[in-house]
Amino acid sequence: MEAATARLGRRGRRKKKSYGSEERRLATLLLSPAMVVIALVAAYPIGYAIWLSLTEYSVRVPGKWRFVGFDNYTEAFSSTEFWEAVKNTFLFTGISVTLELVIGLGMALAMHEAFRGRGLLRTVVLVPWAVLTIVSAITWRTLFEPQLGLAPQIFEALGIAEGVVWLGQEGYAMAVMILADVWKTAPFMALLLLAGLQVIPGDVYDAAKVDGATAWQRFRSITIPLLMPAILVALIFRTLDALRIFDLPYVLTGGSNGTTTLSLIAHQELTANRLIGYGSALSVLTFVIVMAVSFIYIRTVGGNIRSLAEEG
Amino acid sequence: MEAHAADRVAAEPRVAERRAPQRKWVRPLLMWIAVVFIFVFCLFPFYWLINVSLKTGSDLSSSDLFPPSPTLDNYSSIFKNDNFTSALKNSVIITTVTTVLALIVGSFAAYALARLRFKRKFWILAAILSISTFPAIAIAAPIFQLWNDFGLYDTRIGLIIPYLTFALPLAIYILTSFFKEIPKELEEAALVDGATYFQAFRKVVLPLAAPGLVTAGLLTAFFVWNEFLLAVTLTSSPDAYTVPVSVANFTGSQKFEVPLGTISAASVVITIPLVLAVILFQKRIVAGMTAGAVKG
Repeated sequence: MEAATARLGRRGRRKKKSYGSEERRLATLLLSPAMVVIALVAAYPIGYAIWLSLTEYSVRVPGKWRFVGFDNYTEAFSSTEFWEAVKNTFLFTGISVTLELVIGLGMALAMHEAFRGRGLLRTVVLVPWAVLTIVSAITWRTLFEPQLGLAPQIFEALGIAEGVVWLGQEGYAMAVMILADVWKTAPFMALLLLAGLQVIPGDVYDAAKVDGATAWQRFRSITIPLLMPAILVALIFRTLDALRIFDLPYVLTGGSNGTTTLSLIAHQELTANRLIGYGSALSVLTFVIVMAVSFIYIRTVGGNIRSLAEEG
Repeated sequence: MEAHAADRVAAEPRVAERRAPQRKWVRPLLMWIAVVFIFVFCLFPFYWLINVSLKTGSDLSSSDLFPPSPTLDNYSSIFKNDNFTSALKNSVIITTVTTVLALIVGSFAAYALARLRFKRKFWILAAILSISTFPAIAIAAPIFQLWNDFGLYDTRIGLIIPYLTFALPLAIYILTSFFKEIPKELEEAALVDGATYFQAFRKVVLPLAAPGLVTAGLLTAFFVWNEFLLAVTLTSSPDAYTVPVSVANFTGSQKFEVPLGTISAASVVITIPLVLAVILFQKRIVAGMTAGAVKG
């Protein structure tokens, strides 16, 4: 009996092994096109960007360059422009992601509650998400235009920010930028959170109701903890996007009036000022900041990746 | 003492009665307020854009909610603008090619990740996913330099290649999670019947994965149509301008007299395909957005 299973096991293993090498060859074959594209256009350029950031290209003589070590980085760290962009980027990210979470959660709860027309609501919520970022910027720009715009009129009627040229003043310009971002991406947050709400089993709530928990108690001690994984993923997704923000300030203000961001100054140095070395250093710094957050992201969704990587 | 206890017992149901009817209308009311808020919040700005796009001349300096004299002039003028029409053509070509390539290359990779047994699968997936978080600015300068050397600067291919890189991680992730949901037994049956892996993939897995392909294709197309940073860095003429770049250039070219009417019309035109896609494929898009995000 034991011998039989051992033999069976061995045969099984041998069969698996022959499958295994075929499988591995096939896996390599199937994965290599994707890996080659990714390596060529992501990994190699990052290395090249790091190299460029250690050099200085002549603005006057095309193609002339010299190695300058970390000079570009010291220049960045001692410039007000860089710290201004860091401040704006983090301010923008912090406020817009927080607002998106609050509004997105509210929207998700309402959509979860609405039994009829949930499909219609989902479609409506997807409209801002589908609108191109630069179109969102244009829309909010026209809404805050001094004469054409409706928003300044409304605020004036409410006695807030009278006589303010929204996009022309520091602070106010950032507010419009945050508003445009919240409009476009709170729905994304809402749909991720709605999906999270839908996997919470209803009987947990029934049990809490029987025990006399109020709606607020149920929200605080059931909904929020069980929704936490979805909240975390949504927050990290949004944080990564917000830290990279480029299109919005580019179209809204061109980075003036306290709205310049890391991606935007790097881009300006690279294209308008043709400072390849310095611009690359700014790009690499942006990359490092985003990758640090991305590392947290990979750790958070590590369980998801592992379950995708699992057999079965 | 006993009387007190009896009171309390009697009082409890009364409290419940008083609260029950209140809860019955408070919650739906709150929900409906929220639903109205969602409708206005999500749709009004886009309505506003359409409203502005129907205005010309002096109407553009008043904030009416309805255009006083609606006209399609802005629309006819943008379609006479060669920069805009060639940008539309470029965007359609670039989006289609990138999406098709991402689906082909992505579904190969996803099939391997979902089905085949090999080592370090976790790390391969993690590496692929981390690419999707790369800031585009970090590769903009090197690619700009490289494309100048290879003659790919200001060409459609010069955009398709980096777009494919950024679209692949998302496509692979979505497709892998869709492939995993197809029962393995179906392919195994095909393999036992003598089909090769490729036949099993093409005849069994692909047809069943069609919804996943639609989802991944839609999200890829949305990404490519929307992308701005690389498009503005790697193009310099209408030969390769995509729609976001062309519309943003409307804004930049006349600093003092911004043609808001035509910009709005162009914005509406480039957004309508996406809004239609959302209406038609709402379920598929939501499935793609939430793929893997909620499993915890």
